[in-house]
Amino acid sequence: MSGFTAPEIAWGPMTPLLVVLLAAVVGVLVEAFVPAARRRTVQLVLTLGALAGALLAVAALWSDVERTGGTDVLAGSLVVDGPTLVLQATIALLALLSTLLFADRVAGGEDAFAPSAAAVPGSDYEELARRKGLRQTEVYPLLLFATGGMMLFPATTDLLTLFVALEVLSLPLYLLSGMGRRRRLLSQEASMKYFLLGAFVSALMLFGIGLLYGYAGSLRYADIAAATTTPNGMEGLLVVGALLLLAGLFFKVGAVPFHMWTPDVYQGAPTPVTAFMAACTKVAAFGALLRVVYGMLPTMAWDLEVVLWIVAIVTMVVGTVAALVQTDVKRLLAYSSIAHAGFVLAGIVALDEAGITAVLFYLLAYGAATVGAFGLVSLVREQRTGDDDAPVVLGEATRLSQWAGLGRSHPLAAVTFTLFLLSFAGIPLTAGFVGKFAVFSAAVEGGAWQLALVGVLASAAAAFFYVRIIVLMFFTDPQEAPGVAGEPAPGLTSDATPGVTPEVTTAVEPADTVGAPAVAVAEPVRAARTTVAAGEGLTAVAVGVCAVLTVVLGVAPSAVLDAIASVALLLP
Amino acid sequence: MSNLPWLTALVVLPLLGAVALWLLPAGARPRTRAVALGFALAEVALVVGAFAAFDTGAAATHQLVETAPWIPALGVSWALGVDGVGLALIAMSAVLVPLVVLAAWREQGSADGPTDRLRHYLALVLLLEAFIVLVFAARDVFLFYVVFEAMLIPVYFMIGAFGGAQRRYAAVKFLLYSLAGGLIMLVGVIALYLQGPGGPEGFLTENLVGLDLDPTVEKWLFLSFFLAFAIKAPMFPVHTWLPDAAQQAPAGTSTLLVGVLDKVGTFGMLTLCLPLFPEASRWAAPAIIVLAVVSVLYGALLAIGQKDMMRLVAYTSVSHFGFIVLGIFAFTSTSIAGSSFYMVNHGLSTGALFLLVGFLAARRGSQQIVDFGGLQKVVPVMAGLFLVVGLSALSLPGLSTFVSEFLVIVGTFARHPAAAVVATLGVVLAAIYVLWLYQRVFTGPVRPELAELPDASGRERWVVGPLIALMLVLGFLPGPALDLVRPPAVESVAQLGLDDVQPAVSTATPAGTEGSDQ
Repeated sequence: MSGFTAPEIAWGPMTPLLVVLLAAVVGVLVEAFVPAARRRTVQLVLTLGALAGALLAVAALWSDVERTGGTDVLAGSLVVDGPTLVLQATIALLALLSTLLFADRVAGGEDAFAPSAAAVPGSDYEELARRKGLRQTEVYPLLLFATGGMMLFPATTDLLTLFVALEVLSLPLYLLSGMGRRRRLLSQEASMKYFLLGAFVSALMLFGIGLLYGYAGSLRYADIAAATTTPNGMEGLLVVGALLLLAGLFFKVGAVPFHMWTPDVYQGAPTPVTAFMAACTKVAAFGALLRVVYGMLPTMAWDLEVVLWIVAIVTMVVGTVAALVQTDVKRLLAYSSIAHAGFVLAGIVALDEAGITAVLFYLLAYGAATVGAFGLVSLVREQRTGDDDAPVVLGEATRLSQWAGLGRSHPLAAVTFTLFLLSFAGIPLTAGFVGKFAVFSAAVEGGAWQLALVGVLASAAAAFFYVRIIVLMFFTDPQEAPGVAGEPAPGLTSDATPGVTPEVTTAVEPADTVGAPAVAVAEPVRAARTTVAAGEGLTAVAVGVCAVLTVVLGVAPSAVLDAIASVALLLP
Repeated sequence: MSNLPWLTALVVLPLLGAVALWLLPAGARPRTRAVALGFALAEVALVVGAFAAFDTGAAATHQLVETAPWIPALGVSWALGVDGVGLALIAMSAVLVPLVVLAAWREQGSADGPTDRLRHYLALVLLLEAFIVLVFAARDVFLFYVVFEAMLIPVYFMIGAFGGAQRRYAAVKFLLYSLAGGLIMLVGVIALYLQGPGGPEGFLTENLVGLDLDPTVEKWLFLSFFLAFAIKAPMFPVHTWLPDAAQQAPAGTSTLLVGVLDKVGTFGMLTLCLPLFPEASRWAAPAIIVLAVVSVLYGALLAIGQKDMMRLVAYTSVSHFGFIVLGIFAFTSTSIAGSSFYMVNHGLSTGALFLLVGFLAARRGSQQIVDFGGLQKVVPVMAGLFLVVGLSALSLPGLSTFVSEFLVIVGTFARHPAAAVVATLGVVLAAIYVLWLYQRVFTGPVRPELAELPDASGRERWVVGPLIALMLVLGFLPGPALDLVRPPAVESVAQLGLDDVQPAVSTATPAGTEGSDQ
């Protein structure tokens, strides 16, 4: 072993990533040194500043990358090219909006997170923590770490870095999912489920990486791609390794058959976390998938195409069909996000430059609508008259039947939610339509018109359940809706959430049960009505931004499309 | 004059009207009706201006053309322009909208003063008008598609939020049928673009006409477009959403839905299917003609059997749309000109019928035919109006619908005599459903519970009067209107690569001719 030569590191192109990760580390120090009373403010400023800084850094790097096509930092561990910048900007923007949801204190000065996540649900200590007004401000550094991992995930062309990024983004999410203030057992169950399945899939992926290394003798995408061009008798390793790697990525994007965690986790996690997870994770994972499929396995395209086709079709169909029968808003959006994963996959299958632009645009459009939709879900609350006749805002009203008549009582919220639903459904003049159009054109151009056909048929079916919510909000009176009169919401009782029984209702909100109100005998649920809480306005700002994005990207997508297309070239 | 962006102005004005209504400050809300009517009438004035700028002598070419890039990355332009048919349909829509606004005056719980419901409803009507103008003026396939789909949303709310008891079912059925058709068309739109020259103006209709398409591809593309238009039109067997929608929607909504929106289907067949896919159109024409004739007879027969007046009118439209499609796919300049003119007349006639039925239903609180009887003595003016409008639905000579139906049948006879003869039965059936409806509602003994019904008010006369006047004028002097629609029809036949077949008798002044066509 001779002397160690320090590698040349181009720090400049890494700025977006570094800003976020450094801020996360500082955030941990803030937890240690800043007095509890001021932590929230400091953390919030730090987080928003870091994410805005990341956006600025991307903007600063943009012209350079547009000119040179990008740079390769640390011998392929980090590739800063056009798609990387677009994805990083998208992730940073969506994380910024999610941070606003994280921070908003909607009901009585309480945010969405448990006052002390370590307290046993229903315990005296929990009640004490609540009375003391404790707060888990650790959520902000966790969010930043996850964001950092997400920004690295699609930016690497090195399998080991890919794995590290996967863990950096996943671990904080496991934690965050379990920190719900209300319905804590459901939240913790979601977290556990997510963690176990996630860990399992991480192991599979790591095994796949090992096999690929065994095949090619390298962890670099480009080397593996080069190795695939000359047969060496070990193709078995390659195929199995590639499939396991893809399985890991499919898990993260929530594609069938690796989607099982999605509905439970989306439903159980605190809604701001769900918004963050649904939007940003998907962006990051699709970015990584794009790079793996285009960069590492192009010569295997004819092998993998079958897999991608099947997964894309099954994902579209299963996501759509399962969503048709949901009765909980968050579960419904979860299944719809599965269906959307299928649509994006259809664009990835196209395997050409138009496909990259289309996928990147779709992710932005989908992310904006997702953060907005979940943001609104976090504002739609149950409300009950308190002891002194003042209305008390309780937990989220996520049962669909509770949304009946929202269009009459809260037209603005309902119209905004409708906008997001129309975008999901891909109705023209919304961002979702342009995204869908771009993805399907890429698929047709890549010769996969059958995929596009399945996609539009699935879209037509999907429109049914989006429209169902619109019908509920605008054309139904609250008393007409089934399920409100005290019968259990079918989706939740049948959806198998084992271990969740009425006794687990936390002491915090006696009536805020785990979603089966009829079982909670103590207080009949009919006393609660649905309202839209104002909060501190942070969520409203985030939702407003998302709505504007959805409309602008739908009516005048030209600038964004051109910008993405001008840099849509993956470096090897 | 012609340098003004007439068509963009025609789109923007109602849009502004809708926004103005939504943003109307609380203090000005009593003026809701006046604001809505003002915008609708201003639109009519603009249309008159557009007519002045339009050169009728060159009606076959697109005029008032505007082209600006919209989404160059996807090849989409903001390209507007109208030929004679498009302009005629825009004019027809612009005339209908103020009447619909007037007719809705006292709907939506606003008998005493305008309610918020009425304000939202009128705003949706104006929003819809903007989309209607845009769809008839679009010269870009993508733009056409976008509007084709986007206009579903206001209609969906106009049915679902303001309609009758089963409105939710009807609205969802309408939306899902239309979306399914539209999304299949989307695949066709994408595939067509990829067959074309591409580039930032790749969706311009003129860049897509005359492509050298593979025959199989062309057939599939044609089918994807045609299915969407057939659902919209609606043709047998994909018509079942229409009676439900028309029955549940308020009368004004039905007027716009059936009178105008459904024309988008036939307009699309005429201006997109035929020029874009001439080979496939010729290939599919025999099957479509059969379906069209079935629509004519089936719609008429079902209309006879209806108990609900709105449903009855809806089925008469299925029958009439059969005629329109028949004329388009008979591929003679006479039949296509007839169909184009038919689209305008059908909007006037059916619109008036829907509005009149709406007035009757509002008085009685029911749309069922059995709830009426002997009204002629109670509301004579209404009965007279109804009779004239009804006669226009059965194409009485002297009314404009006769001219167009005659042209369609004569034109079709020149190429497909059998289809023309069978379709003529539809005219006979029309006499049955119209006159029998009139008989059951207006003749017979006066029912005691109906004896106090008020006759048509001044407002109601103003709603129906202009439509009847227009039908009479166009019935006796169809020349100017035919000048608008005939050149595009000749052009269409030429684009199909067919020799025009002229009927033996000159049809230049068909109002006076009798039906000897050999």
